[in-house]
Amino acid sequence: MITSFLAKALGRNIVITVAILLALAALVPALNLLTAPDHPLHVPTYIVSLFGKYLTYALLALALDLVWGFCGILSLGHAAFFALGGYAMGMYLMRQIGARGSYGNPLLPDFMVFLNWKELPWFWQGFDMFWFAALMAVLVPGLLAFVFGWFAFRSRVNGVYLSIITQAMTFALLLAFFRNDMGFGGNNGLTDFKDILGFNIQSNGTRSALFAASAIALALSLVVTSGIVRSKYGKILVGVRDAESRTRFLGYRVEHMKLFAFVVSAMMAGVAGALYVPQVGIINPGEFEPANSIEVVIWTAVGGRGTLIGPIVGAILVNGGKSVFTAAFPEFWLFALGGLFVLVTLFLPRGIVGTARQFFERRKEYRKAKAVEEARAFAAAEPQAAE
Amino acid sequence: MNTLVSNAKPSSILYLDGVSVSFDGFKALNALSFVIEPGELRAIIGPNGAGKTTMMDIITGKTRPDSGEVFFKGTIDLTQKDEAEIAQLGIGRKFQKPTVFESHTVWDNLELALNRKRGVFSTLFYRLTAGDKARIEEILSTVRLMNRKDDLAANLSHGQKQWLEIGMLLAQEPELLLVDEPVAGMTDAETAETAILLKEIAKTRSVVVVEHDMGFIRDLGVKVTCLAEGSVLAEGSIDFVSADQKVIENYLGR
Ligand SMILES: Nc1ncnc2c1ncn2[C@@H]1O[C@H](COP(=O)(O)OP(=O)(O)O)[C@@H](O)[C@H]1O
Ligand SMILES: [Mg+2]
Repeated sequence: MITSFLAKALGRNIVITVAILLALAALVPALNLLTAPDHPLHVPTYIVSLFGKYLTYALLALALDLVWGFCGILSLGHAAFFALGGYAMGMYLMRQIGARGSYGNPLLPDFMVFLNWKELPWFWQGFDMFWFAALMAVLVPGLLAFVFGWFAFRSRVNGVYLSIITQAMTFALLLAFFRNDMGFGGNNGLTDFKDILGFNIQSNGTRSALFAASAIALALSLVVTSGIVRSKYGKILVGVRDAESRTRFLGYRVEHMKLFAFVVSAMMAGVAGALYVPQVGIINPGEFEPANSIEVVIWTAVGGRGTLIGPIVGAILVNGGKSVFTAAFPEFWLFALGGLFVLVTLFLPRGIVGTARQFFERRKEYRKAKAVEEARAFAAAEPQAAE
Repeated sequence: MNTLVSNAKPSSILYLDGVSVSFDGFKALNALSFVIEPGELRAIIGPNGAGKTTMMDIITGKTRPDSGEVFFKGTIDLTQKDEAEIAQLGIGRKFQKPTVFESHTVWDNLELALNRKRGVFSTLFYRLTAGDKARIEEILSTVRLMNRKDDLAANLSHGQKQWLEIGMLLAQEPELLLVDEPVAGMTDAETAETAILLKEIAKTRSVVVVEHDMGFIRDLGVKVTCLAEGSVLAEGSIDFVSADQKVIENYLGR
């Protein structure tokens, strides 16, 4: 059962991408840790962390592609699942600080001492254990997606209305997390992390390990999503995207189909957020900004919606571009991003990977047609040669 | 209400009695009653806007009636069920506009339609068995699409899409098949072949066909129900119905 699922998952392009990711997971840390800083192949630690961050964005875009590209659910709230995963990890990292905070309280994070709180709120219990925090980074986004999706998909909220309520969801969370009395550090969020699993969070070794973990998580998620979309279930998802009522009249429970994809996608976004936070060193309510979720849609569209690999490419390219661009013209990034989205929508509706795929398929068909024609011409010429 | 109709209820495959539904005050169906017997092939005719498609929406759970009874196999109350449940009970539906999964191959369209477990996890781990493969191949030859099996449904001609959709309904193995205007937009040759195909299909199940094409209805040679303004105008053989004064006024004469 599982083996046939995996066998289907591993198409050629997926195998190549997974191989590249795993190679990077080994190579980049090696070049960072085993070479001297003046070595020509040395990868500086800030680059390791920068690309580690891009990989978590790529995982978020991949998660969005599962629901948007394959099921037509244009979620404009996926950054919320990412941020929740990030907060779960941030809570663990806060508890790891222990008595090393400015106030020296062994149990309470600084912001709680500052707010004059006397004891740890119930929802902060257990976050001193890594496994618990890791579990919550997946379960909390999954649960939110389940509850949200249960109501939205049962009431058959579709299209632009669904997109709007996903924006409302992330906006509501933004406002909630801004409040100090929510107990998540308010405006400032969670930061000043010291270590993770006992390792200094700033050290080169930890940074490299986080990069490798991000690459491996992305590779695994790619295999899982590929298995999902190539299964019969995945074909039904595409059916829902293209002809929802036909799927219903064939006897499929469309709301269950959507719900499963939405929950899996939210969990993947949560993993991405949990890997993102230790690499950037902070999580604050800004991550819930509605604009963040819209950016994820742009990465996915640029790379190619419904291609799995496209969103990964798109997230890395657009964010790489953003890093370069904002260094040069910080005020103009949003205009550039908006312009990019318009250009892609108009001239490259399948995105980079989708367009490349189309090109190769056309060329294959052309060659096939040409081969048939040549064979025919040859067959026609044959009898004359025999005379 | 209609005693003739209610006596037929226990032995019928489909039973509608006094079904009414309005949209914004407009009565699309007005006390519609009729009965389909098991194994019957029935043609339904009527002018545009008579409520033929709305009737199918009611039977398949897409629209809830304001009043009236709809029973499947005499005892199953269809007004209490949704589309997926009704499809699983064994009622298949062909839409007026051909609706297939355009970005899937012909084969995949049939595989998805196959009457197998339809849950998330059973479809996630589904494997094509030899039996399922044989069944799909059988349907492919019935609907004459064997040589197109690996093509995307989007690349089929209009008539071929109609057949693919009929094939998908066969894969669903319904006991009752509702077919909305199957020959609209087909060539004469395709229309004639479709009549043969439907008669073939009706040998093993009940079929309700909505159609405008009188030639096609004559080809079918079955009992005809004429709808107008949401209720039954006349019922009987095609010659009987087309001789009916009200039918001539409301439909044929227009
Ligand atoms: N969902 C709906 N909302 C409003 N009006 C509808 C709806 N469905 C059908 N109608 C109206 O009901 C009438 C019957 O339509 P329909 O059943 O499609 O007719 P037919 O299939 O016989 O041509 C039409 O006047 C149509 O405009
Ligand atoms: Mg109609």
